[in-house]
Amino acid sequence: MAEAAIARLRERVREAAATGTALEIVGGGTKRFYGRSVYGEPLHTTGLSGIVHHEPSELFVTVLGGTALAQLEARLAETGQMLAFEPPHFGAAATVGGMVAAGLSGPRRPWAGAVRDHLLGVRVLDGTGQLLHFGGEVMKNVAGYDLFRPMAGALGTLGVLVEVTLKLVPLPAQTETRALALDQAQMRSTLERLWRSPQPVTATWYDGEILYVRLAGEAPDVAAAARRLGGERLPDDTALWQDVREQRLPWFHDPRPLWRLSVPPAAPQIPLPGDWAEEWSGAQRWLLSDSDAESVRRAAASAGGHATLFRGDPGEDEVFQPLAAPVLHLHRRLKAIFDPHGVFNPGRLYAGL
Amino acid sequence: MLAELRQWLPAETLVTHPQELRAYECDGLPAYRRVPGAVVIPTTEDQVKRILAAAHRHRVPVVARGAGTGLSGGALPDPDGIVLSMARFNRILSIDPVNRIARVQPGVRNLAISEAAAPHGLYYAPDPSSQIACSIGGNVAENAGGVHCLKYGLTVHNVQGLRVVTPDGETLTLGGEALDTPGYDLLALLHGSEGMLGVIVEITVKLLPRPEDVAVLLAAFAALPAAADAVAGIIGAGIVPAGLEMMDNPAIRAAEDFVHAGYPVDAAAILLVELDGTTESVEAQARRVRELLQRHGATRVDTARDPQTRARFWAGRKSAFPAVGRISPDYYCMDGTIPRRRLAEVLQGIARLSREFGLAVVNVFHAGDGNLHPLILYDAAKPGELERAERFGTRILELCVQAGGTITGEHGVGVEKLDAMCVQFAPAELERFHAVKQVFDPEGLLNPGKAVPSLHRCAELGAMHVHGGALPHPELPRF
Repeated sequence: MAEAAIARLRERVREAAATGTALEIVGGGTKRFYGRSVYGEPLHTTGLSGIVHHEPSELFVTVLGGTALAQLEARLAETGQMLAFEPPHFGAAATVGGMVAAGLSGPRRPWAGAVRDHLLGVRVLDGTGQLLHFGGEVMKNVAGYDLFRPMAGALGTLGVLVEVTLKLVPLPAQTETRALALDQAQMRSTLERLWRSPQPVTATWYDGEILYVRLAGEAPDVAAAARRLGGERLPDDTALWQDVREQRLPWFHDPRPLWRLSVPPAAPQIPLPGDWAEEWSGAQRWLLSDSDAESVRRAAASAGGHATLFRGDPGEDEVFQPLAAPVLHLHRRLKAIFDPHGVFNPGRLYAGL
Repeated sequence: MLAELRQWLPAETLVTHPQELRAYECDGLPAYRRVPGAVVIPTTEDQVKRILAAAHRHRVPVVARGAGTGLSGGALPDPDGIVLSMARFNRILSIDPVNRIARVQPGVRNLAISEAAAPHGLYYAPDPSSQIACSIGGNVAENAGGVHCLKYGLTVHNVQGLRVVTPDGETLTLGGEALDTPGYDLLALLHGSEGMLGVIVEITVKLLPRPEDVAVLLAAFAALPAAADAVAGIIGAGIVPAGLEMMDNPAIRAAEDFVHAGYPVDAAAILLVELDGTTESVEAQARRVRELLQRHGATRVDTARDPQTRARFWAGRKSAFPAVGRISPDYYCMDGTIPRRRLAEVLQGIARLSREFGLAVVNVFHAGDGNLHPLILYDAAKPGELERAERFGTRILELCVQAGGTITGEHGVGVEKLDAMCVQFAPAELERFHAVKQVFDPEGLLNPGKAVPSLHRCAELGAMHVHGGALPHPELPRF
C-alpha cells in the first residue's frame, strides 16, 4: 500500500518538475503558520500512513511520513516509550513527517536533545522524483555524509519525508512538577544552579511570576530533587506541560507577533519591550512584542543567539534570522542538488530557497 | 606553491625534509602509507585561510590531520599534496560553566577538555578509546563514538558550534552558544565528513554535569545468545545504561591473562553494565539490572561500587585489543553496527565464517548500541593469510549490511572501507554524496579520494574487497 502511495507521489513530483510547478508539501496542515508563506499546489502525504517497524526491546521506530503523530505517540506509550524531544503537535492532524520537517522540539529539549538528535534515518523523495535512503536503524553510523539529520528543520525544502526512523527513550518512572514564586533574579539563579548540577530536570516554564520545574526519573531522585528545590507540588502537571508545548496557555493568547529567541541559557534579560516567558532553562525565550524585526534580531544576536518570527505576518521579510552570505550560498547549492527545479515549498525557509 | 608559502609562513610551520615527512605517512591504519609533498603546521586561523587559498590557486590537494589516531586511513596523505596538521591549534579558548559550553581549538585532546572542565564539576561526554591522544577536531571529522554513546550520544550530539574554513579560504560560522541555529543543519553535515568539506578551526562543545555516582556490574553467561538476550532485556525494561559492553570467551581469556581483572575465564560471554546518576538511582537501577541479568541466565553477577573495583572491571575491557595482540601476531579490527535484535544471529554468522575461513575471531563490542568490533586473528608472515583475513572481514561487513546495519559505526570510511561503501549504498545515494562534496569543494582539493567511492570503482568491483591492517598506537586502549 505504501509503495503505491509513494509511486503516486513520485509521479506527481515528476510532473511538477517537468512543468515547473511549485508544490506545497502538506501532512496534517497543522504548522502552516510556521515559516514564510508558500504558493504551490498541495502535495498530501496522508496516504503514507503506518508504523513500519517497532519492537519494544529496541529503542527505535520506523514510521511512514504521513502517519499521525498522535497515533505514533499512543503506540509508544503502550510500550513504555516516548519521543525524548516531546514535539509540539499544533493540531490533532499533525504528522510524523511534518514534525521532523518543522524540526520543532518541546519542553524536554535541552536535557534530551532535539528532533535531529533522535533522527536515525530517512527515505526521502527528492525534487526529481528519486527516492533516496540515508542513515538507517542503528544508533551509530558514520558511512557517507550525514544527509538525514539536515532533513530535520528543512521545512520540506529538500524533499518529501516518505519514511523516518527515530530513536526512542523509556518513559520516566516518576514525574513531579514544582511551582516556585520567584522574581527574575531569583529565577535566573535557580535555573543556573539546576543547569550546572546533575539534577533530574526535564522542563522549565517561567511567565514572569512563577517558575515551574518538572523533575523526572527514578523515584528516589525525583523526591530528593523536589526536597532540595522547594516550592509547591503541582497536583496534576500533565496538562501544564502539554499546554506549554502546544502554546495553549493564556499567556500565548495575544494579538501581537510571537517571537522565539534561541539564546545561551544564562543570557541576561534581553532589553526589548513586550511580554516575556521562557522555557528550556532559559535557552528558549518567547516574546510578545510589536518591536520591529531588525531590533529583535539584533538583540538576539548580541545575546549570542537568533530570533524567529514564530507567529505573525512577516510580509516579504524573512521569518528566520538571515544567514551570513557564505552560509546562504551553501544553502542555495544544497537546495539545488536535492530540488534542482525548485519544486518543494519554495521560499518557505528563506526567500529564494 | 611551496615557494609561495615560504615567503610568508614562519620557517617552523613548514616541513619538507624527507625524513621528517615520514612521520606523517600514515595515521592509525598503517597498512596504507604515502609520503606527503609537504606538511604545514599553522598556528593561526589567518594562516589556515591563506594556506587553503594558495592550495586552491595552485590546485594542490590538502589533507587535514589531527592527532593521527584514526583507524580508517582518513588522514592518509596525498603524495602530490600537503598535510595540514592542526596540532598547534591546541588551546582551550574558554570554558563557560554557566552555559555549560567550552570553546576549543581543533588540536585540543579529547580528554583535555574534561580535565579543564573538572573544576566546575563538568565534563565532555564522548570518550573514544583513544581519548588521551585523539584531537577534538578529528573527533568531529569522524563523528567519533565511545563507550558512553548509548546514553550520551556521539560527537554530533555534543557539539554546538563550529568555525570552518572552506577550500577557497572563506570562514563559516555554524551554530554557537545557543542550542540551535536557523537554516539547514550544516553542523550535522560537517560531522563525520572526514575532512572533505572544510577545515575546522574552532569548536564549541557541550559540557555535562558529572554524575554523582557510578556502579559497574559484571555478569557471566554460559552461552552467548543468553548474554545477547540479557542486553535486549535490560533495554526493554526501560533502562538505558551509561555503558553496555560484551566480550566473548576468547576475549575474556586474552584480557584476563593480560591484566588479571578477575574475569570468569570459563564464561562464554560477559556483560559489563555501567549505571550512573545519583546514589539513590544508581542503587535502585543496579538492583533491577542484577535481577534482569539473573533472570536471563547469568551464572554470576558482581557489582563494583568503589572506584578501584570499577577500574578493575573496566581494565579487561579497555585492554582487550592489546591483549589480543599478545595472543596473535596480527589482527584486523572491524567496526560494523547492527540493530540490536540481530546480535545473536550475526555473532553466530561470524562464528560460521570463522570456521569457513579457518581464522579465529575475538569479539569485543558496544552491545548496547549494536556496534561490533570483531578482531580477526591472522599471521601476516604466513602467505595468503592477510588476504584471507580481508575476505573474512568483507563477509562480516556484508553480514552487517544484510542485517540492516552499517559498515562503520565509529571508525569512519577513510580509504579502508571505500569498497564496502559500494555494498551499503546504491549509485543514487553515492551520486548525492559526490554532489555534496561538489557544493563545498568544487575543485575536489580537500582529502581527495576518501570516504565516498567513485561509481566507476563500485561498478568495477561488483563484489566488495576490504583492505586493512594491524593497529598502531598499541599503547592506547581500544574499545
